[in-house]
Amino acid sequence: MAKYVTECKLNYYESKKVGKIAIVTMDNGEDHRKPNTWGTEALESLGKVLDIVEKDPEVKGWLMVGKPYIFNVGADIMSIDPNISRDEALEIGRSGHSVFKRIMELKIPTVAAINGAAMGGGVEVALYHDFRTISKSPGGCDHFALPECFIGLVPGWGGTQLVPRIAGPEVAINLILKNPLNQNRMSKSIQVFQWGLADRLFDPVEFVDDSLTFLEGIISGEEMVEKKKADPKMSEDLYNDAKAFVTGKVHGGAIAPYKALELIKGASDWSLEEGFEQESQALAEMITSKQCLASMYSFDLAQRRAKKLPGRPEDIQSARIGKIGIIGAGLMASQMALLYAQRYLVPVLMKDIKQEFIDKGLGYIREQLAKQAKKGRMSEGDATWMGNELIKGSVTYDGFEDCDFVIEAVFEEMGIKQKVFGELEEACKPECLFLTNTSSLDVSEMAKNLKDPSRVVGFHFFNPIAVMPLIEIIKADKTSDVALATAFDMAKKLKKTPVLVKNASGFLVNRLLLALMDGMFSCLNEGADFMQADNAIVDLGFPMSPFTLAGLVGPQIALHVQETLNKAWPDRFPVYEGLKNLVAKKKTSILTFTETGIDVDPEIVAGWPRGDKAFTDQEIKDRVSERLALEIDFMLKEGVVASPKDVDTGMIMGAGWPFFMGGITMYLDQMGYSEKIAGKKFHGPNPLAE
Amino acid sequence: MELRDAYFVDGVRTWFGKARPDGFYYTTRADDLVVKVMRELFRRNPKAPFEQADDNIWGATCQEGDQGTTMGRTTVLTSGLPVRVAGVTLDRMCAGGMTAQALGAAEIMANAADIVIAGGVEHMAHHPMGATADPNPRIVTEKMVEPKYFSMGVTAERLHDWMVENGYPEVTKKEADEYALRVTQRYFKGLDEGYYDDQAVRMAVFTSNGWKIADRDEQARRGATIEGLRTLKTPFKPAGKVTAGNSSGLNDGASVSLIMSGEKCKELGIKPKMRLIGFAFEGVDPSIMGWGPVPATEKVLKRYGMKFDDLDYIELNEAFAVQAVGFMKYFGMQFPEDPRLNPRGGTIAIGHPLATSGVRLSIQLAKDFELNPGAKYGLTTMCVGLGQGGSILWENMVGKDL
Repeated sequence: MAKYVTECKLNYYESKKVGKIAIVTMDNGEDHRKPNTWGTEALESLGKVLDIVEKDPEVKGWLMVGKPYIFNVGADIMSIDPNISRDEALEIGRSGHSVFKRIMELKIPTVAAINGAAMGGGVEVALYHDFRTISKSPGGCDHFALPECFIGLVPGWGGTQLVPRIAGPEVAINLILKNPLNQNRMSKSIQVFQWGLADRLFDPVEFVDDSLTFLEGIISGEEMVEKKKADPKMSEDLYNDAKAFVTGKVHGGAIAPYKALELIKGASDWSLEEGFEQESQALAEMITSKQCLASMYSFDLAQRRAKKLPGRPEDIQSARIGKIGIIGAGLMASQMALLYAQRYLVPVLMKDIKQEFIDKGLGYIREQLAKQAKKGRMSEGDATWMGNELIKGSVTYDGFEDCDFVIEAVFEEMGIKQKVFGELEEACKPECLFLTNTSSLDVSEMAKNLKDPSRVVGFHFFNPIAVMPLIEIIKADKTSDVALATAFDMAKKLKKTPVLVKNASGFLVNRLLLALMDGMFSCLNEGADFMQADNAIVDLGFPMSPFTLAGLVGPQIALHVQETLNKAWPDRFPVYEGLKNLVAKKKTSILTFTETGIDVDPEIVAGWPRGDKAFTDQEIKDRVSERLALEIDFMLKEGVVASPKDVDTGMIMGAGWPFFMGGITMYLDQMGYSEKIAGKKFHGPNPLAE
Repeated sequence: MELRDAYFVDGVRTWFGKARPDGFYYTTRADDLVVKVMRELFRRNPKAPFEQADDNIWGATCQEGDQGTTMGRTTVLTSGLPVRVAGVTLDRMCAGGMTAQALGAAEIMANAADIVIAGGVEHMAHHPMGATADPNPRIVTEKMVEPKYFSMGVTAERLHDWMVENGYPEVTKKEADEYALRVTQRYFKGLDEGYYDDQAVRMAVFTSNGWKIADRDEQARRGATIEGLRTLKTPFKPAGKVTAGNSSGLNDGASVSLIMSGEKCKELGIKPKMRLIGFAFEGVDPSIMGWGPVPATEKVLKRYGMKFDDLDYIELNEAFAVQAVGFMKYFGMQFPEDPRLNPRGGTIAIGHPLATSGVRLSIQLAKDFELNPGAKYGLTTMCVGLGQGGSILWENMVGKDL
């Protein structure tokens, strides 16, 4: 990867009003797509600028600003050597503190003009200034964040110490803990201003001019800034609430947010010097931690690798999409119709066997569109047009003759799907592609009776379609390159992340979710306590316990998938009697609310044949982790996915598995499970560089 | 229908940059220069209800790229005006801004508008003169214009000769240099006295070397000498008379003015600086385009029943010194300096971003009037490529009630 070094460029402005003003621009010479970052050279260049300004008694003020659209997005974490030593890591924190502190120690008024995106060290450098101006959103500072906890780090250049001092501990908790753990949410300038982290909110159009005028006013004394003194002290309640929030998100699995909370809390007791040192120590510990490496790996997968559409056939033009057909008008099909219509803005035709199904589907779609119009996301006219004109329903195949692809979302039964494809073959033009949203059926089998089976490709959405970012693209035996390329481009057009999976039972995500369940159920069979086992898995860091998940999808579906996998690999995916029993009892969930909280439904426990072995939590964790390592090893050997990175992309995007575990394979490597089970690690020594 | 009066309320410009990769504005969009001066105009005139403006009229010679897409309309949006304000871009080359003022005034006179924003812009670094032009080949094949006269410098050389050939007083190279020196000296005197302080607005600009503040006319250079000027090359004709020293440069900049009806000014208690009495445009042979101000001025004086001697100040855009000297000689003004003509400098010193300059002239004339309330009438006048002249007559309103 080419390196773009951000330079701090010093210019002087001779203000007629107040004299010489230093204007410091952070700029790496590229446009906004390559944002300014902090690295060793950038910090050195800031140091050199400070050398000059500190010695010049003529300078009356300091204005620091970024390049258009970008202030500074912080340290370039991807450039950090994953095998860095603790001492080197410590130096990273200290080097930032020491140079940024010199801004604070300047004897002249200093203003940070936050003109664009500011993250991490970019936010932190601004905090050392006497004042901050920020450019209004949209178009100004639309992204303001201390995202470190999201990637297994803590803000290490003053964020945890300065935010509570400037704006109080509650703001610090929002910015440093809550936003990163809420899908790495970014704040807009108005929020930053309301938090008290910026003193002035200016329009983007003349932002730098206005910030300069503000600085001149500060120097001349004409500009008065009401600084409310923030008390960094954190109340007991606030601390407990924040901790509960973190636990709710990471279940104790991730270390960084807990560290960050302690640092924020410490700000009221420590001197700035002490606070900075604590921060440096914590940062060093995090940088050298396994979780940080895993987080950076995940970040790279999501932010960079997935966007390159790995697996898409190269140099193949995808089909032009001018009209879309959908078989089925149920909930899943209706969600699809809505998404396709909104992203493609072309006619979408739904077919079902009865008019009442069509009416119900269209009713749902119109309701959703009306909601969006009400929220101002689209005009009422567009909502009506989309619901009445663009999306249509039919009980016949009339109108399918000019569809460019048809996706089926009918009942999960091979015979029905084959019949539908057979009918489509009659109704559609020869180049029309056939997509199946099957979650478990054999796509090659589905296509085999067609004259041209190469037109069939699997395109597996996750529920709810509008929210879940993953698409499993299933390449059947005869799937053509055009069909495959079209599926990839379609995923991108729908703003989803595709993962290429070979046609094999359970594909990727469901197979691993079931392997996880299998690991846990085997413990139950041997006698492990239900709640202990469920909690142990949450404790590893998974977003949802297996019981909760089974309740969410429904035990019947879980059993169905288990049976499907059992057919393919009977020795690795046994069908559990306990699960069968509870489905037979028509239980819709495993967990139930009792007087003492959430517990397992006692009837289920009673109906589950178990041994009498007692487990420690660690034994359960080991069992599940090893089971996952085993299954992933099989999948890689079978070529179900091309790379462990595909496994992790799928599990992060499709099942919400955590960044700090690197999806899963990084964790299995780091904890030694892969070596134990597969004989070697899934990744080489530098998984990021590969 | 009775014509109404149109008034110049206020005007402001950017400082003019050099049209070069190392110039102030090289990485700044032309329409952002426009927005900068528009917003400064809004700030300076809090009494004027800009949200009620009827038209936003901009002159620009090149209407592509950052000067395209009906910039008069797009800058309504980007300057923060409400969508109901209309906008247009027009082209009369160097007199684009002047024509914007004339059209704005005409709209007011004809009761089509009460409040008009009229300005000119040219980013000559982004849009080098004639770079994408495609003139009709008939102009050349049918010998309407010799191709060499598409170069403005060559027309200036031609003007020297043409005047002699046609019985007008000769303008020597020495006189042209003398004029250039004096107009530059007057510019710096004006600058040092603060004459320009409230005419131009500073602007923060992002450059490849970081943010800078464009706070001066970038090409103006102190310390020119007559000896230095004499030795400059004559790029348009061997052993000719036109040099870089007695010509205007290539520049980037924007100027804007607020034109309002008398009724609206009265209603709002706004005191305008000048009344726009009338305007005229007149063509000349393209080979002597610099002569344009003479017939345009004759025409405007005649049409509005005035004499040259009625004029207290003349702001003339001397794209080349020869045309200023020729103008002075034609109208019998004092040479090398006449206190009425460009009293505090002109384009040779300040810079000439084509369509911008006409409006700049009016801003300076208003300042001349302000400094001399006894002055009654003034003229802004300029030449235009391919042979035109434009002139506007103004009345000083300083200290006068409407």
